[in-house]
Amino acid sequence: MAKISLIVNGNPVNANIDPRTLLVQFLRENLRLTGTHVGCDTSQCGACVVHLDGKAVKSCTTLAVMADGHEVKTIEGLAPDGAPLHPMQEAFREHHGLQCGFCTPGMIMTAVDLVHRKGHELSEHTIREELEGNLCRCTGYQNIVQSIAAGAKAMANSDLA
Amino acid sequence: MYEFKYHRPATVRQAANLLAKNEDAKLVAGGHTLIPVMKQRLASPPHLVDLSHIEGLDGIEIKGRSLVIGATAKHADVANSATVQEAIPALAYLAGLIGDPAVRHKGTIGGSLANNDPTADYPAACLALGATVVTNKRKLKADEFFQGLFTTALESDEIITKVMFPIPKKAGYVKFRNQASRYALVGVFVAKRPSDVRVAVTGAGADGVYRVTAFEEALKKRFSPKVLDGLSVPPEGLNSDLHGSAEYRAHLIPVLARRAVEAALGKS
Repeated sequence: MAKISLIVNGNPVNANIDPRTLLVQFLRENLRLTGTHVGCDTSQCGACVVHLDGKAVKSCTTLAVMADGHEVKTIEGLAPDGAPLHPMQEAFREHHGLQCGFCTPGMIMTAVDLVHRKGHELSEHTIREELEGNLCRCTGYQNIVQSIAAGAKAMANSDLA
Repeated sequence: MYEFKYHRPATVRQAANLLAKNEDAKLVAGGHTLIPVMKQRLASPPHLVDLSHIEGLDGIEIKGRSLVIGATAKHADVANSATVQEAIPALAYLAGLIGDPAVRHKGTIGGSLANNDPTADYPAACLALGATVVTNKRKLKADEFFQGLFTTALESDEIITKVMFPIPKKAGYVKFRNQASRYALVGVFVAKRPSDVRVAVTGAGADGVYRVTAFEEALKKRFSPKVLDGLSVPPEGLNSDLHGSAEYRAHLIPVLARRAVEAALGKS
């Protein structure tokens, strides 16, 4: 077993875990943060994307012990409970950027990371290139791309990062 | 995944001691090859030695006439580094083509080289640029470092600490991606160095990355895509799989080499 201490969505978390535990398992099964999904489980689909120290990573390909001492943000951490949605979440709702919704948490975490790296004015080409590691089997991406472009702009006028 | 013991050394020396003390221990940094392989139970190391928290192992700097990149520098760090973009823009471009954004936030140059996947991008850059792989024990020239599929000159208790790239006059990389995996079906890196030209091919060779000396000699006389017209490579010794036949890969190599020269000349 291995003792880990990390910050998840702003809250300190301590746990004693089997080193085999994947970060996504730890989030879902130990912390019950089930917004982060397991899709392909082979680091291709991006349903498991979370932010580790502010950068998008695939939590199905990260050991929880490797996050010891670091900071993790999941889809649940984007906006406080009961508060208005994060502008990127709101943009996905407004532009119908999801159908079944399974890929959506990963899409949104990837999109927020993209805005942090490349700013608020994103071309369609840039968004499509940057979505290389996120697969959606429903939408054909059209509305996801529109959602991200709108969400990126909306984030410029928001207090939520 | 089978059970293992996790170690987080603070220095390369501690990591080397852990490797020496624990048989079959494996190094992990980004984990983006090793963790999937362990999940599939294709590897079951009893000890994992995590290099990702060793300070100073991920630096990027110019030293003399070389660009020096630390072993745990991530693909995104290399792709976005102003130092790399200025010294060897083709290398920054190459790093930005690896995997996807989330993978580039974790995967490291040292991990990619130590793994020597026959479809990886970095081996082509190292071989074409004539890089030197520095370990905790010695310095290895790229020509002796890569030794076949998933095989390198590294010993079991040896750790890559940095990679030194002599800065070329010009360089270009062109990758023909597998449409599904985005790995290189074929990738060609061309480097015009002060005294010679080197051309390295990844994704195609049955023994992994290799040099095309016929192209190098032609390009040394005149560094222009035109000198490659009419030159070809034989399909013998190239991979043939469901993604492409050896003949197809052989066809792609001169096509991509010409494009890589154009890229090096700033024409594309």
